[in-house]
Amino acid sequence: MSTHAVDTHAHDDDHGHHHKETFVTKYIFSQDHKMIAKQYLITGTLMGIIGVLMSIMFRIQIAWPEEPNVLFEALLGKWAPGGVMDADIYLALVTIHGTIMVFFVLTAGLSGTFSNLLIPLQIGARDMASGFLNMVSYWLFFLSSIIMLMSLFVEAGPAAAGWTIYPPLSALPMAQGGSGMGMTLWLISMAIFIASSLLGSLNYIVTVINMRTKGMSMTRLPLTIWAFFVTAIIGVVSFPVLFAAALLLIMDRSFGTSFFLSDIFIQGEVLHYQGGSPVLFEHLFWFLGHPEVYIVILPAMGIVSEIMASNSRKPIFGYRAMVASILAIAFLSTIVWGHHMFVSGMNPFLGSVFTFTTLLIAIPSAVKAFNWITTLWKGNLQMNPAMLFSIGFVSTFITGGLTGIILGDSALDINVHDTYFVIAHFHLVMGISAIYGMFAGVYHWYPKMFGRMLNKNLGYIHFWITAICAYGVFFPMHFIGMAGLPRRYYTNSAFPLFDDLADVNIVITIFAIIGGIVQIVYLYNFFTSMFMGKKAVQNPWRSNTLEWTTPVEHIHGNWPGAIPHVYRWSYDYSKPGHDDDFVPQNVPLKEGEEELQH
Amino acid sequence: MTALFTIIIVLFIAVAIWQMVKIFDLAQVSADTSTGGIATDYDNKVNGYLMIGFLVFIYALTIISFVKWGHLPLMSNAASEHGSEVDNLMIISMAVIFTVQIITQFLLHYFAFKYRGEKGKKALFFADNNTLEAIWTIIPVIVLAGLIIYGLFTWTSIMNVDEDADPMIVEIYGQQFNWTARYSGQDNVLGMANVRLIDIDKANVLGIDEADPNAQDDIVVKELHLVVGKPVLFQIRSQDVLHSVYMPHFRAQMNAVPGMITKFGFTPTITTKEMRETPEMIDKVNNINEIRAEKSKGLTAEGRDALDPYEFHFLLLCNKICGKSHYNMQMNIIVETQEEYDAWIKEQTTFKESLK
Repeated sequence: MSTHAVDTHAHDDDHGHHHKETFVTKYIFSQDHKMIAKQYLITGTLMGIIGVLMSIMFRIQIAWPEEPNVLFEALLGKWAPGGVMDADIYLALVTIHGTIMVFFVLTAGLSGTFSNLLIPLQIGARDMASGFLNMVSYWLFFLSSIIMLMSLFVEAGPAAAGWTIYPPLSALPMAQGGSGMGMTLWLISMAIFIASSLLGSLNYIVTVINMRTKGMSMTRLPLTIWAFFVTAIIGVVSFPVLFAAALLLIMDRSFGTSFFLSDIFIQGEVLHYQGGSPVLFEHLFWFLGHPEVYIVILPAMGIVSEIMASNSRKPIFGYRAMVASILAIAFLSTIVWGHHMFVSGMNPFLGSVFTFTTLLIAIPSAVKAFNWITTLWKGNLQMNPAMLFSIGFVSTFITGGLTGIILGDSALDINVHDTYFVIAHFHLVMGISAIYGMFAGVYHWYPKMFGRMLNKNLGYIHFWITAICAYGVFFPMHFIGMAGLPRRYYTNSAFPLFDDLADVNIVITIFAIIGGIVQIVYLYNFFTSMFMGKKAVQNPWRSNTLEWTTPVEHIHGNWPGAIPHVYRWSYDYSKPGHDDDFVPQNVPLKEGEEELQH
Repeated sequence: MTALFTIIIVLFIAVAIWQMVKIFDLAQVSADTSTGGIATDYDNKVNGYLMIGFLVFIYALTIISFVKWGHLPLMSNAASEHGSEVDNLMIISMAVIFTVQIITQFLLHYFAFKYRGEKGKKALFFADNNTLEAIWTIIPVIVLAGLIIYGLFTWTSIMNVDEDADPMIVEIYGQQFNWTARYSGQDNVLGMANVRLIDIDKANVLGIDEADPNAQDDIVVKELHLVVGKPVLFQIRSQDVLHSVYMPHFRAQMNAVPGMITKFGFTPTITTKEMRETPEMIDKVNNINEIRAEKSKGLTAEGRDALDPYEFHFLLLCNKICGKSHYNMQMNIIVETQEEYDAWIKEQTTFKESLK
């Protein structure tokens, strides 16, 4: 198989050199995986800016409810008459913030960027299996982003039923303004997004299976590739189910079917729907929705594992256990969705089953956390910004993951379900952690992407302030959640019971504002270093993986000569018997040297 | 005011960042510039110490949160029978979580400090250890098994309503954006109902079947009255979108789903009056009233009405996003003695009477 694959590449390569690249084929409709990775990253970053800005706006509303604010007046226009935020637009901001961050930033922005960049480079391939599909995948993502942003400008307002878009609220325009054209655009955007994600995932799977260079057996793959590969499989298994749910919802909305709707009386009239069930939608949604959490976090885990080993100058601890836990998490992730539905009205016995499977997933997660900590032990830690974000990742992953033990326990979930406790939990464990993974990846592979280095001092400032703010925002949220404060409330002033939470909410918002603003440091660093950063050397971090054997200047086909062969795993750091503290994968074993039986 | 505040914060941060860049830059003068974005020994040292600082920050935040906001959570004083079980399980889970959190965060940040890089140092080549990995697989397995078993027993006992205990049957009915309750009357059986039977002209807002004999003595009210010590079983309906019946003081929550009836049962253990007299509640109410008085001062100065003083009530909140006024969809719950309840229910009109 390998020889065959290599032959095809040689052919591709020849082919590539004869083409003259124009501006359009190089920067816009590029089929080169490195360029597509950059396109994903920049689109994801822009979406991220919008998502974060929205969160700052609704945080200000929660802290100082119904107070006029110039920011609202400037950005929300008719939705903030006199600068006071409208209740409908509050829900819309919450909804679109969730959608953008989960799908557009942490799925496409994270997976799309690093799977595209690293899969061919780290397995030793000239490009993705299908460069054309890869290009189509990015442009579908771009199109869906545009449609999602367009939906913000709809007359009756953008989708506002929460990012989980539970019907009937999302199905009935008379229930909520945002459920009209806004929701239609949301659904179209997501349908296109899913198509994009599937094309991408199929490409990643095929590439990893078929196009590894000679010697790159599955047990020699870097953990990044394992993570991207398994993520793509979860995506292929679960995204189509969301597609089906979206399709059925479109049918209910536009063609009068009753998949999710039944017995509804609204605004003085009975609707014709009969026999459908909103609980069915919840099942379909969370069948994707929960694996989606792992689609977000697994690539971050892979990135962190790689960066941690490289910067600790030590092998990742327990490579086999790390791979096994990725597989275990992937398998379990598809059978735990019901823990979002303990109080949905489904059979309580089902709740027991989902409690069991959910708490099982804590085991592989715990193994991963301990293995990362042990990787640091007796290392020679290079505190680059990427390393700091990786350590930060482990910290927030533990803090956020532990409260999963409470939420996954059906008896305890009854009282904290849909409160701020949930918000604190999932933001720490998948939001902040995955964003840290993404930042770590950008700081680490920036020289590979742009041939220049990011300014490390700005990186340090970015990390430390972000780290403090992330805890400052989400740690206190556990307490207001345990005090019974429901999420998605436009203001808490309707309940005097919650008046004593007002000062906590102000503290949270102040941390959120600072944390949001400090991202400007990152953006500044990111965009100016492209042109003014220090020129990168070929292997700045002295890493073992194959991407650092390619030249700094990008060429089509990645390696100017033959593709390197692989003789060892990617974690031979500080191996006894070698002078350097790293041994790249393409260095043959010395005479008498044993390959580690990991 | 808010805008000014925001601008001041922005300026403050900008100055702080500028200062920090300066400090880092000054410290870099002697460093080898060819390393570009790569950490030097100096960086490793500074960030190693900052890691310890961050560990202290996490611990401090935890302590401050508990001292300052630890009294807010509803983790004690449950007002229902199963509530104290839930609270016990919560406290045990919390203890486990905090132990693990304190230990693992310590190891993570301490290692990051202790093993910070130095030129010429070589890391230990340590790739695998089956014993270690077995230990940290088995310990979570045991701890989680304990929590799962405890949790499942609690869950089953909460969700399986004991029909022999003859619970009072009450319907809770959600609509945008208010709640209605229906008592089943003398026969303790609710009359049939469907949204198709709603007749606004006759004030039959719940769509109760007028022909059903069980429906005649049903009582429709806007305030929920429960009897202390008497089990109640809620049958929950919604007429339009999803809502969620959330009664945090009773550790109770169940979605209201259009097209189906969902159920949740519990037994209240303390009356509203008794709850108001508990020392914790007196403190909480006083504290809230101080906050409200403070706010009222500002409001009256602007010529607006002052806030009413707060009096404690058990509450039913909507906890599933349901539209514009989701944030204000509530109903008071009054827990009282049997005599008080009997006196109250006698004054309500039955469904049959209301049709006349």
